[in-house]
This record gives sequence, structure tokens and C-alpha cells, in this order.
Amino acid sequence: METSFLSGLALWLRGEIYGVTGIPVLSDLALDVIGIALLLGIISMAAIVFTYAERKVCAFMQVRLGPNRVGGRFGLLQPVADMLKLMSKEDIMPEGADKVLWALSPALLFVPAALVYAFFPFDAGAVLADVNVGVFLLFAISGQAVLPFLMGGYASNNKYSMVGGFRVVSQMISYEAPLLFSLLGILMLTGSMRLEDIVEAQAGGLWFVFLQPLAFVIFLISAVAETNRTPFDLVEGESEIIAGPFTEYSGMRWALFFLAEYANLLTAAILATTFFLGGYLGPDFLPGFAWFFLKAVLMVFLIMWFRWTFPRTRVDQILSFGWKAMLPLSILNVFLTGVVMCALGLV
Amino acid sequence: MELKDRVPESLRNNVLIVKVDELFRWAHANSIWPLSSGLACCAIEMMSTATARFDLSRFGYEVFRPCPRQADLLIVAGTLTYKMADPIVRLYEEMPEPKYVIAMGSCAIVGGPFADSYSVVEGIDEVLPVDVYIPGCPPRPEALIDGMLKLREKIMHPERVAEERAKWAERKKEREAKQA
Repeated sequence: METSFLSGLALWLRGEIYGVTGIPVLSDLALDVIGIALLLGIISMAAIVFTYAERKVCAFMQVRLGPNRVGGRFGLLQPVADMLKLMSKEDIMPEGADKVLWALSPALLFVPAALVYAFFPFDAGAVLADVNVGVFLLFAISGQAVLPFLMGGYASNNKYSMVGGFRVVSQMISYEAPLLFSLLGILMLTGSMRLEDIVEAQAGGLWFVFLQPLAFVIFLISAVAETNRTPFDLVEGESEIIAGPFTEYSGMRWALFFLAEYANLLTAAILATTFFLGGYLGPDFLPGFAWFFLKAVLMVFLIMWFRWTFPRTRVDQILSFGWKAMLPLSILNVFLTGVVMCALGLV
Repeated sequence: MELKDRVPESLRNNVLIVKVDELFRWAHANSIWPLSSGLACCAIEMMSTATARFDLSRFGYEVFRPCPRQADLLIVAGTLTYKMADPIVRLYEEMPEPKYVIAMGSCAIVGGPFADSYSVVEGIDEVLPVDVYIPGCPPRPEALIDGMLKLREKIMHPERVAEERAKWAERKKEREAKQA
């Protein structure tokens, strides 16, 4: 296996722990726990940083200044104040709610959002769970994220939550199909479902965004729809369904939904980086994980750019666009990839 | 000796010691999310407060939530009629504690030019405990921002909020006794 800064660090740490304890199982276990703690740290930091970034990006796009009073002239403590406030708000549970389902829904939404981080290659050899069916497992797990929305909507015993839950499910299921089909071309080219193999196949600057431009566009649109962000933010509709499935949630429970949303945003950015932008590959003057970080942040900025540029779409427009345009185009992309590969004698 | 003085000299710039209550009070004061509800023309001024010219987001107050469960502040912007009084009180009761109310414009404060009408509530403090009154017809966006900053000062002194709420509850009891 290729060595990189992160995997070298892990190797050194394993050696140190082994030197102290002398039990190989214990050092493996300790390293796994450190990895999980790091990933959870990345996710919660991302949520805090992204709320700030979103407000600043939005402000600059609307020729405003954004938060600049709380915590210095850049308003850096604004997300901290928001988090603390949400933590200390009253916790309201509706009387008619299905209490167990209602309380489980935000937690269950966070599980798949955090679990998929185990498969991402942050650097050469720096993967928490290196599985050879990575792509398959990743989408099998992130597919579970649909259910908690419906659970929360149903359990709230509120008509707006219920309709909101239905809406989210129909939207997310519609865009799961083009999202997966857009990646089939890449799987045909690499012949492997291991995420690190997919990244390594893009060595030499031949990123899949150049080989599969149509797939990249389809993937980006579907990923924005999957994460329920503008122009596809039907989860919340102020004038029609209030806050959708989140209508009855207050304080920290609502903040968990929020955390999952930003974890999913980073997931979408990381997936685009891994599949289309060459992952951790880049010129040697920066280490691999720095390239990975830069590309992911660029993708996050792009998705935020979408949010403050495009107007919202209606629910029927979203569904017909998904089934009548995105899905046929993604299948066409698979077909074209196959034809070109046959013509070049790659099969 | 206070806890603050026990911090070594070399760490003075890096250590912050506060009471948990104070920390949460600071958080509440600096992250007021208003409910996006408007009754009349004052709501137009409320909307323009969030635009580029006035930029309410500088203070972090621009997160207008559509749902009362996630809001901290009810800005009553406009004329309150008796027909609308019940929904507004219900919205207020649906908000989680701690929650605050701003009466924006002369209609919300005393009924404004419609005070003599049979259908208009003469000031929203007949139905809701008001924390900050912003006079004007309508108040300018700067006035609303100033009102929210006054509310921030008030949140930092919760004993005043409690005192005024108690007085309001007394007045309400008297009014109800008179009506009965």
C-alpha cells in the first residue's frame, strides 16, 4: 500500500500504543476508536463551520456583510451562540405524538449520515473501513436516510409534518436512481467498487470529470436534490407545509436534523471529489489530505452557490425532471460509455 | 478569592470563566431567531430590515423561522384584530421557552389610528406580555434593529423580564375580573 502522511501517522500511533500496552488487539481497537472520534469531530465541526460559511456566502452574494458582531469583527462566535441557544431551549413533545418513533427519528437520521464517512479515502491508505464493495455499501447505507423523515413526519401527528414527510420521501427516492446510474459509467471504466481504486484510476490528471462530464452534471444535480437543498428544498415550505417533517421539533432535536443536513452536504461534496475530481490526488507540493480537503470545500462552496442563485422549484417539476430527464440521461451516459469502450477495445 | 483570580497569570488571555447561566444568557441574547409572521404594513419594514441596506444579519438575528417551535421572538408587526388575536396567542404559546415579544408600530402598541374600531385590539399587551415597544407608523428598519438590541440588553437581565411578566400577569387578572 502506498504511504501517505495520514496512514504514516496511523502506523506510528499504532506502534506507540503497542509499545505501551504490548497487546496487538488493544492497539488496533484504540486506533479504530481514534478514527471514529476523528470522523465524528469532522462532522460536528463541519456543521458549525458550514452554518457560519452559509450565512457569510449568502451575505456576500446579496451584497450584505453577514454576521460581524458576535465574537470579533468577523462574527466567528455566531454559530457557537446558536448552538448554545439551541441546547438550552425548552424541549417540547407534542401530546398526540408517537413518543418512541418521534424521539428516534432525529437520531436515526444522523446514523447513516455519519456511517458513510467510514468509507471515504481521505488520503492514500487512510480509510477507516476499506471494503471492496465500497460504492455499493455506501449507497445501501445512505438509502436508509429516507426513512427517518417519514418516521418524524408520521410520529409528529401533525398534518404539515405528514405531508412534508411524504414529499421528502418521493423526492429522495426519485433522485436516488439517477445518482446511482450516473456512477455506473465510472464503475465500468475502473472495474472496481473500492473507493481507493476509483481514485487511483484517475492518476495522471485524467479525472473522471473530463471523461464523464454528463455523469458529473447529473451527479451534482441529484446530489443537491438528495441533500434537500435549494433549488430542491421541498422539505421546508414556509407558505405550504411550514417546516415539513421538522415542524414539531424544537431545540436540540431540531439541531440534530440540522447536523445531519450539513453532514449530508459534506458527504455529497466528498463523493463528487472522490468520483470525479481525483480525490486526494494532486501535485506533490501539498499532501494528499490537503488536496482532498481543498476539493471538498470547493464543492461545498459550489453547492452553496446554487442555493443562493437558483429559485425554488415546485414538487411536480422536481419529480417530472427527475424521472423524465435525469434518469434517461444517466442511462444514455451508461450506454455511451459502453459504446466508446467497445470501440476503443477496452472490453 | 474568586475563581477568576486563581487562573495563573500566563493563562489569563486563554482562559474564560463564566457561570453556565451567564453563558446561556449570552447565547440567547446573541441568537434571537424571530418568527416570520407579519400582520400588516409594519411587516414590510420588518422584511426590509433583513435586506442589504439594513442587514439584520450583522447581529445574527436574520434567521426568520417559519415554525414557532424553532423561534425565540414574536415580532407583532401590524394591526391586531380580535379575530387574529387567538391565532397570535396560539403561536406564542407554541414557542419554546425562553421566548420574547416585540410590539412593532403604533397599531401593535395601542391600536394606532384604528383604536376606536370595534374589531381592533387596543394594544397587544391585552393578550401578550410585551418585552420591547417600538413606536412609529411604521417604525423604520433602524428602529427595529435598535429594538432588538434593546431586547438583547434585556435578556442579559432576566430579573427585569420576570418582574415585568409578573406585573403583566397581575394586570391581566384585573382585566379579567373587570370583564367578569
